[in-house]
Amino acid sequence: MRVNDEQISLDGTMPVVELLQMKGYPLTRIAVEVNGQIVPKAKYETYELHDEDTVEIVCFVGGG
Amino acid sequence: MEENQKEKDIFTLGGHEFTSRFILGSGKYSLDLIKAAVEYAGAQIITLALRRATLGSIDNILDYIPEGVTLLPNTSGARNAEEAVRIARLAREVGCGDFIKIEVVHDSKYLLPDNYETIKATEVLAKEGFVVMPYMYPDLNAARDLANAGAAAIMPLGAPIGTNKGLRTRDFIQILVDEIDLPVIVDAGIGRPSQACEAMEMGCAAVMANTAIATAGDIPAMAGAFKKAIEAGRTAYLSGLGRVQEGATASSPLTGFLAD
Repeated sequence: MRVNDEQISLDGTMPVVELLQMKGYPLTRIAVEVNGQIVPKAKYETYELHDEDTVEIVCFVGGG
Repeated sequence: MEENQKEKDIFTLGGHEFTSRFILGSGKYSLDLIKAAVEYAGAQIITLALRRATLGSIDNILDYIPEGVTLLPNTSGARNAEEAVRIARLAREVGCGDFIKIEVVHDSKYLLPDNYETIKATEVLAKEGFVVMPYMYPDLNAARDLANAGAAAIMPLGAPIGTNKGLRTRDFIQILVDEIDLPVIVDAGIGRPSQACEAMEMGCAAVMANTAIATAGDIPAMAGAFKKAIEAGRTAYLSGLGRVQEGATASSPLTGFLAD
């Protein structure tokens, strides 16, 4: 799957929360989008990612 | 009188009340200077951008923004209404409120906003309950469309983003102030406190600045200078500016000269 433009191989499925923990992202102050759809925080543990998914993990940065 | 006036001079946006009329951008400075800039500016609203999280940058900007400050994420990077809506929804999902500054730009030389796409995004997001603050080119027809689409304020540019050139669109912003029944917040181009002051004297509801502060020699001191200028301009506007005339009128009495 592609995570923030990085290719990650995935055997089977993995819940969103596991990806975040594996990559070292915090679980708060971020938003996660899979294939263009937002995954609400309440579903991080149940939403299963597949190898063909495109995942975006975003946060706030400085801006005008 | 002054205290009374100050107490009553509340700036309301989407049901939220503010006493500061200085919206501060958080771009282009180091994180540890943001806190000081916000404090010296007395700002109660600060803008942010949304980007891919990188593991190095997860030292979160939110840790450097004083508590109680309202966050105004922007949709920078959006090239059309659809992308702006997507970014706005993601920003809300991060979990810091419903404010959104719509910014739709697909011209990389002047970074001028696309009013048509901005109106479309405003319509969608206002219906979804966002407090929508669109960055716009100061055009009266577009401003009316934004008002009808549910914008909470309009944010016309004074000059292209980051130029510090000041109120180059002054006369057109004045038309918006006179004709649009929404707060008019000058966004982009304001480079000096005197220009911020002038915008407030014209009746603008607030001023947003980022580059002017971020590129100043002493960032917190410049934030403080802008705060004073914006307050002075607001007080001048509320006081009613003195008239302008062609011929001279003596300010001193014209009788009782020593030689008489």
